[in-house]
This record gives sequence, C-alpha cells and structure tokens, in this order.
Amino acid sequence: MSSDTIAQKHGAGGPAMRALIESVFVTGLGSAGAGLAAMDDGAVIPVGDRFLVLTTDSYVIKPLFFPGGDIGRLAICGTVNDLSMMGATEPLGLTCAVIIEAGFPIADLQRICDSMRAACAEAGATIVTGDTKVMGRGELDGIVINTAGVAFANRVVPDSGLRPGDRIIVTGTLGDHGFAVMAARHNLQLESALASDVAPLNGLVRAALAASGDGICAMKDPTRGGLSSALHEMAAKGHVGIVLHESSLPMRPEVRAASELLGIDPLHVANEGKAVLGVRADAADRVLQALQAHALGRHAAIIGTCVAERAGSVILDTGFGRRLLAEPEGELLPRIC
Amino acid sequence: MFSLGLPRWWPTCYDPGMCLGIPGKVVSVQGMEATVDFFGVRRLVRLDVVDEPVAPGDYVLNHVGFAIRRIPDSEVAETLKLFEELAAAGDDEDLLAADLRSELAATQESKK
Amino acid sequence: MSGEPRGVDELKFRDPRRARELTTALARLVESLHRAPVTLMHVCGTHEQAIARFGLRASLPPALRVIMGPGCPVCVTDLGEVDEGVALALQGVRIATYGDMVRLPGSSKSLADAQAEGARVDVVYSATQAVELARATDEPIVFFASGFETTAVVTAAIVLAKPPANLSVLSAHKYVPPAMEAVARLPEARVEGFLAAGHAAVITGYGLFEDFARRHRTPVVVAGFEPLDILAALVKLLEMIRDGEQSAANAYPRCVSREGNRRAQEALWRVFKAVDGPWRGIGVIPDGNLQLRDEWASVDARNRFRIDVTGLKQAAQSELSRRCLCGKIMVGLVEPTDCPLFGRQCLPESPVGACMVSSEGTCKIWHQYGGRPDLGTQ
Repeated sequence: MSSDTIAQKHGAGGPAMRALIESVFVTGLGSAGAGLAAMDDGAVIPVGDRFLVLTTDSYVIKPLFFPGGDIGRLAICGTVNDLSMMGATEPLGLTCAVIIEAGFPIADLQRICDSMRAACAEAGATIVTGDTKVMGRGELDGIVINTAGVAFANRVVPDSGLRPGDRIIVTGTLGDHGFAVMAARHNLQLESALASDVAPLNGLVRAALAASGDGICAMKDPTRGGLSSALHEMAAKGHVGIVLHESSLPMRPEVRAASELLGIDPLHVANEGKAVLGVRADAADRVLQALQAHALGRHAAIIGTCVAERAGSVILDTGFGRRLLAEPEGELLPRIC
Repeated sequence: MFSLGLPRWWPTCYDPGMCLGIPGKVVSVQGMEATVDFFGVRRLVRLDVVDEPVAPGDYVLNHVGFAIRRIPDSEVAETLKLFEELAAAGDDEDLLAADLRSELAATQESKK
Repeated sequence: MSGEPRGVDELKFRDPRRARELTTALARLVESLHRAPVTLMHVCGTHEQAIARFGLRASLPPALRVIMGPGCPVCVTDLGEVDEGVALALQGVRIATYGDMVRLPGSSKSLADAQAEGARVDVVYSATQAVELARATDEPIVFFASGFETTAVVTAAIVLAKPPANLSVLSAHKYVPPAMEAVARLPEARVEGFLAAGHAAVITGYGLFEDFARRHRTPVVVAGFEPLDILAALVKLLEMIRDGEQSAANAYPRCVSREGNRRAQEALWRVFKAVDGPWRGIGVIPDGNLQLRDEWASVDARNRFRIDVTGLKQAAQSELSRRCLCGKIMVGLVEPTDCPLFGRQCLPESPVGACMVSSEGTCKIWHQYGGRPDLGTQ
C-alpha cells in the first residue's frame, strides 16, 4: 500500500523506512549520494591507507529526561556508537546542531548540555562545532538535536560481514532503553525501576577489536527495532540465517516482567548502550572475555550462530522448540531515540 | 479501574496489566475490589465473579479486570507433580485423587 | 531484587528439562498408536499464541498434528454483526469496543472505515472502561462486546452492576462448546482429541466435556497456557486416545474444577441466553451466540436503537475475499500456509480475512511467528 505522505512508520527504522530511503534519497540523490546505498551505520571514505568514517543522527526522543539518561546523553552516545560500530573508536570531533522551540526552559537546556559534556568526557570525544536555531512556540516539539561524528578506522567493520559458522555476541542486557522510556512515558511504576542503558561504547568496542585479531566480522547497534531489526539486517546483508538461543539472551528481570505485563517483545525494543557482534567461531571466546572484563560488557553473552540455510531469517530456539523471530515493522514505540 | 490513558497507536493486543493468564497476588481487599500485584505493578481487580472469598496473599487469575479464580498454593505443587507423572507416561492412576494431592502438597512443602 | 521468587518463573511452568521429558513421552505415545498423522485440535487463540511463541510445534513428533479450530472470537464475529456496529457508528452513536474489532471488515466497511468517515469509535481494554466512558459523558455509548464465555462473564458482571443509563451493549459474544460440537461432526477434520481452553473452563468447569466426549467418542483435556501445561495436556490426550478413553480430563487443576465457577456461570446465564447464530466463515452454530435476555432489553443496543444495515450490504464480494480461506482455516481443514493469499496480499497491515486481523487469529499468529514447524537447520 503506497501513500504520498510520510507516516510514522517511515521513521521507525524498519522496512518502510528503508524503502523510503531507497526510493527517495538514494534514487533521488543519485551519484550525489554516494555511499548512501550501503545504508550502514556510517559512511566510509578512503583517505590514504586509512578510512574516514562519517555519521550523523537526529534525536527526537520523548520524554527528554528519562531514567538512566536524557536527550543530551543520547545525542552524544548515539553518534559515538555509530562510529564505533564501523570500527572507528576514536572520534576526531562531533558536531552538535540544536533546534529549540521558543518557550523552552533554559534550565532544561543547561541540564541537557551538562549531560552532553559528561557523555563526551566518558567517550573521550569533543564537540567542535555546532549550530543553534529557534522555531516559534508550537512549531516544534521542545527540542531536536542533531549530532555528526567523524573518526578514522584502520579496519572497517561493516554490518554485512557474517558467514555461516560465525557466532553472534551481544554486549549486555536487552530491552533496557525502550522499556525505560515507555515506563517513563506512561508513568508505569514497577517495583524494580527500569533504566535506559544509554552509554558510549567506543572503549568497549576498542577492547573487543584489540582482543579479536580480525575475528570480529560484523557489528551493529540494536537501536530502533531492537535486536530483531539489527539481526535481520545483518542476516540479509550477509546472506546467512541466524539461530538464536533464547535462554542465552541476557535480560534484566524487570525488563522480562515489563515484557510479560505489556505483551511487548524485548527483542523488538531499542537499546542505546549495546552492540551486536558477528565473530568468527575461533575468536568468540576471547572476544567474550574482553567484553566481560569491561564495565559496560559484564553481561556479554554468545547468543547464537550463523547458518547457511534460511538466509535473511532469524530463528529463535525457545528451549521448547523453534520459531521465527518476526522482523518488526520498525520500532513499536515512536520517538524512542 | 486504573487507566493508563494509552495512545491510539498502542498495539491493540497489548493489554497492560490485564494479559490473560498472569496470576496476580492480592495486596488488599476493599469490598468488591482488590488491589492486585502483577510483577510489582498494582492494579484494581473486580471480585464480582470470583467464587471464593479472596484475602491478601492469595493469587488470583485475572481476566480483563475481573478475578475469575483464586489459585490455591497447593495446586502449584500438584501440577508440577502432574507434569512429572505424565512425563513417565505409564501411570494410570487418577492423578486427582485426593489422598495423592495432600501427600504431594506435603512433600513439596518440605522441599522449601 | 527481593529473595521471594517473582515473575513468570514463580510458577515454574517453563522448565525446559521438564518440557523435553514431556516431548519424549509424546514421541513414545504417538509411535505406540501406529498411525500418522494423529490430529488434535485446540479451540483457543491464546493456546495458538503460546504454541507459536514457544515454538512448540518444532519439538512435537512429526506424526502429531496440533491444529487450531474456531478459537478466535473476533475472527468468528459475523459480517452482519460487524455491520450492526458500523451502522450504529455511522448513525452517529459513539461505539466502545475491543481493539481488534476496529479493523474487522464488515460486508463493506469496518469500524475503522466508519471512523475515517467521522464516526466515533473508542478502543477499550475491558468492559469496565466502557462503563467509565459512559459515566464521563452524557451521550449514549454502545459497548460492542465480542469474546467467548470468559469475556461474556465480564460483560454480564457490568450489566448486573447497574451500569449508567446511557450505556447499552451490542453483544457479539459467542459460546465455544457448540462450535466444538460442529467441528467434531466434520469427518474431514479427523480430529481424534480436543484441548479445551483453560480459562473458559475456569468458568464452565470441565464436567460439560464429559458428555461431549462420550457422544463424539473423542477425549477432551483441559489445558493451561504455559508451555508445560500444553505439553502435559497433549500427553494426557494421547494416553486417553491410546487407551480408548472417551471422557474428559483436567490438566489445569490449579485453575479448573469439574463444576467450574458457579458464581460466574450464574452471572453469565442470568444476563445471556444461547441462540443459534452465524459464525463468520463457518456457518450457523446452534446455540453458539450469546444474546441479552429479554429482561435486559433496556441495556440491549439492539432494542434501544433502530439499527439500519441496509446501506452496508454489498452486491458482490470482492475478488480477494472470495479467495480467502479463513472459514476452512477456522475449522482446521487447511492451514494458513495453504492459503495463496497468506503473506502476499493478506498481511497484518492489509488483511483480507478475519484471521489476519485479530491477535488471536491463526493467520496473524503464524505470520508473526512462522507457524510452519520445519525450522530445523541441522
């Protein structure tokens, strides 16, 4: 069913959004948009014998302040993480453009900036340039932040590198960010509080890359659409099937509880401080150890294997049987990042 | 009844707090209503159609905001034993025999 | 985290080791029957969701076929019933109904279509929310109530609790045991045993299945909804088939008794009576529909309003809906994957048949979880 206006689904990070990008941006920009067709986390520009990685993201999350973080922290970590997912773990610099609605409290803006400063310090990143615009009251919802990042990588890790036999590793618990935001949005008070996992991953990824030799062959951060979206993309681009073991999936008990209560699958829900790695089988254990030795990777786990059959599908072994993991039509929750 | 004021886009099959089959623990009873705890989230549940008196500490089976059954603790142990017996798939005894039930409940208690 | 066990694991019904023991028992039992396939039917959307979500079919022995029968209440809500709701909505009456009902197509329109034309349709998650809505406004509210007996009990409870005068009920409630009778009489289905829905049986008790089992010479086992509940019930059912037992058994004793919940039954039958009625795609099921009794005429939307559905009747069925196999799927004669429209023209975002609209519909569940069991990659 085609339409001639943009709908919510076009921003959800799923098939509809990809179709929009392909048909409007990639096709429309043609050679002016070289690099877009790969639709990876970042763009790669060869410079001498190294690679310049470039990425940009806009942040529209609602609410602005949520347990575990806020839009400022998210704006820094999201971009640092996209660079890291390409193998570029030392950001040279970040840009930060904000569009603010007239009437927005300056105290909130300061809080957001403090958050950004703290996140930059954690990541070892610096905002080198930016822009500020104001739109009239009612013309914009609060604030929108765009950040872009640039970094060098010696070896680019695409999200298309999976081969049969590779192991899938996730760096920690799944579903934290999406459920925390949903709980905050709807004032859902669970006994054990949910909190977003938003964090810069470049240090963690650096440690994993160092330990892996060349064993890490694909990386992606499971943001919109959750682990399911990320794995479906990786499976499709690598022309492999993925078998996941449900019992290995790291998950906080409170996320499990919220999931049962709300009937929403944590595998379809955004994460902002986790990475999914495709690792050659012989490197899997040492990558896992390197991750678990790092503060952000304590709950890292091997969760699955790539197979030659059923390319593009993700199969979940539930412990009671097997079923397909559905590819979500993007993110269930609007304005999650 | 507690209302979350969910937005229109909320997936229609997701029924917060009222998912079929999740037993909740009764926290308090106020006349025809009970406050029931589901994984730490509290909901008001109506007692109009439950067929036994319900007290704090009881587990109830809830269906769209109404308790339809009080689940006795002993039944849990009995059901687990039922599973074991069926897995052996050779037992022809009536698994619901009253004496067996009480024996099993006692056994399960002592394992705690 | 507190020391006390919490959450789903609390009831210990998801132990994979026990599950493996049960599936091994299933394989042994099926083999002892020396025939294939052995077809068992369940009649509950929630069972299908559990089976699909946990991937149970992939671990069942290949000779065992567990199929879904008419267990989705939204899916069996007839065209005419939807038309009544749509007609009222287009007449300017505000409708409150369950989410899945909104996109269910009628003869020519769904409630969602009526909404697009300006009608007011509110999604509620429970009958009590419909009551709250009626309290919050002066205008008439019609609660368009679908669901099987468990849900009908809740509608009955709110009718008995003297709802506000502006609330009336348009009942599309249905009663499952008569539909099981209809399926049991279909020789082509070759159903050798039934799993009865656990929560409906909480209300009705399992006693009523004993007579059913005798008459149709088919055993019935009441099953709960955790993976172990379902596997255990299947084992019990196969045992009964092996031993020629034409009776009913209860594999959900923590929630179901022989007599059921008398108080809930009283509420149900005080408010509703069973009448013959059409089940979408299947045909008329004698005593299959629940309508408000005459003494509740003042709360009955069919009595309070003159509902004019003539404008909604379509001369011809659309080409796609003529090819829809929902009716056959709902009595277990074919599977969603046998339907040429499944996953192609018929998708959750663009459903052709009712089974793809409802979260309890076979097609929607299979589309989401990949219903076919051949997911082996060894």
